[in-house]
Amino acid sequence: MRDQSATVLDVANLKTVFNTRDGEVHAVNNVSFHLKPGELLGIVGESGSGKSVTMMSLLKLLPMPPAEIRSGSIEFDGRDIREVSDEDLRKIRGGDIGFIFQDPMTSLNPVFTVGFQLIEPLRLHMGMNKKQARKRAAELLELVGIPDAPARLKDFPHQFSGGMRQRVMIAIALACDPKVLIADEPTTALDVTIQAQILELVKELRQKLGMAIIWITHDLGVIAEIADRVAVMYAGQIVEHADVKELFANPQHPYTRALLETLPRMGEARAARLPSIEGQPPNLDHEPVHCEFAPRCKHVFDRCRVENPQRRDVSAAHDVACFWDTNAGGPLDAG
Amino acid sequence: MLDEKKKPLVQVKNLKMHFPINRGILKRQVGAVKAVDGISFDVFEGETLGLVGESGCGKSTVGRCVLRLYEVTEGSIDIDGTDIATLSGAELRAKRPEMQMIFQDPQASLNPRMTVGSIISEPLDEHLNMSKAEKREKVGELMDAVGLARRFADRYPHEFSGGQRQRIGIARALALNPKFIVCDEPIAALDVSIQAQVVNLLEDLQEKLGLTYLFISHDLSMVRHLATRVAVMYLGRLVELGDSETLYMTPKHPYTQALLSAVPHPDPAQAGNIDRVILQGDVPSPANPPPGCTFSTRCPRAEAVCKQNSPEWREIGEGHFAACHFIE
Repeated sequence: MRDQSATVLDVANLKTVFNTRDGEVHAVNNVSFHLKPGELLGIVGESGSGKSVTMMSLLKLLPMPPAEIRSGSIEFDGRDIREVSDEDLRKIRGGDIGFIFQDPMTSLNPVFTVGFQLIEPLRLHMGMNKKQARKRAAELLELVGIPDAPARLKDFPHQFSGGMRQRVMIAIALACDPKVLIADEPTTALDVTIQAQILELVKELRQKLGMAIIWITHDLGVIAEIADRVAVMYAGQIVEHADVKELFANPQHPYTRALLETLPRMGEARAARLPSIEGQPPNLDHEPVHCEFAPRCKHVFDRCRVENPQRRDVSAAHDVACFWDTNAGGPLDAG
Repeated sequence: MLDEKKKPLVQVKNLKMHFPINRGILKRQVGAVKAVDGISFDVFEGETLGLVGESGCGKSTVGRCVLRLYEVTEGSIDIDGTDIATLSGAELRAKRPEMQMIFQDPQASLNPRMTVGSIISEPLDEHLNMSKAEKREKVGELMDAVGLARRFADRYPHEFSGGQRQRIGIARALALNPKFIVCDEPIAALDVSIQAQVVNLLEDLQEKLGLTYLFISHDLSMVRHLATRVAVMYLGRLVELGDSETLYMTPKHPYTQALLSAVPHPDPAQAGNIDRVILQGDVPSPANPPPGCTFSTRCPRAEAVCKQNSPEWREIGEGHFAACHFIE
């Protein structure tokens, strides 16, 4: 049995800023989260909410400059990733932490065979020879459900369909038995029937391999299906974080509540009108000095406009960054 | 329930759109991509017909054919009594104001070098003789109607967010008071919170102006909300068409059943106990569709007869059509 209290990844107060010609863009503001072995953490947010940049920052996959990780610590397996040398970082990327990108069309190299791209990390990180690596590559393709795997190693990415390509991406990410798998919108570019196949595959792989997964998505339906815990991001900050059942049953932040309301439900009677969140997400050209959701929030009051709420505990595994007390239906007591 | 008074505004009969595949030095035709292969449906006045299917099933091609943005291979498209599939260029042009389109990608369908005002007034320039002042007034009215501030008329598309750009596209489509609008995945490129805004706008406009929509989308839950009737497409053919409520509650075709069960439910309490049909494999290529029923390669109920005979498109309930050998 694993020690339940241990964490594989612990991120604290991460702050990423882009220095652009038009000034700074504060893409990630004081983001903290942790990941336990074997669990699946879902990160939800709209485009521009900083969810991808957060994950890219973890592995320094962002071009620096213009990006700059201004503060925070990223503890992986007892080491701070911010402090490790470039050479060690290379070992972590693709070795200990696997990454699945959103678009399976553009994240595979079109001029190399799938086999080559699978074998490369195996030889680099695991020190296998060609023969061993090829055998393992075929096993991996089989693992992700690609029929006739040994023969398909010789195929190029364009010979695979979208869903199959995403399976190849998953196989590459899994190649070196990573402790953590980061999946950045892995099913967004796919059709629902193919998405259902991939979700089923991930559930199965988790049982078999037991790694921890961070799953980034904007689709709350997908989160409901596979996540253990969820963090909701808005404007570069985590505004709510809870166990998945708790979050859907008892959402606290007005943004989370609104997001859940805007979803049309398949099984229920049709609502006359979809509830929508008016207004636009903010542009992130300044450090947050007030609640970033305030202009769109229906519970907004004076304090929200002058102070940025910090995350506070609602219950044991549930915290929210908001001054409004949803359960009491009124503002929190100041201080 | 089909009302006697309801009359079809658009009648599509046996529509086929085959794109030729040319190979070799002589560019001889060696085959065809059967993007749309013989489909028929009606769109009634004032309703929203949802058209759903996976990518590559030909739903966008249907949308474009219905407005004759492609020269169709076969079939007729009656819009308000005129078969537009055979109209000449000038006649078609005169018919254009009645039928408009809203495109998927508001980034790509707006000219980045034109101001919002000139984008919205371009159809007015083309089809009507309006004075400058009249045009400015009309553009202002349209911008009000879609919820854009009039003072933005001199700005360029890049200064707007995705949702606002889609509003510009809607204003342009409305400029000539059309009766029929084809919406080709108008919300696919937008965030969830913005999608609801645009969907509500489309609904308000329909109510106010009596519009008829053909709403093409792969988002099944959004289509359920918006559409009166829904047609499901697979590999160039319709597999099921029915009243939205009936189709979502009691889908008859195995493909519709699989498609609906694949949609993730935003409720973790239920996540464990959903009966999910997971389809194996991928959609076959429309250049080389399987013989018989096109869905037979992935269908959990397929039998020998499906691989030989193509099922007939028939009425299985009141206003409920499907193409499958095994539906009573």
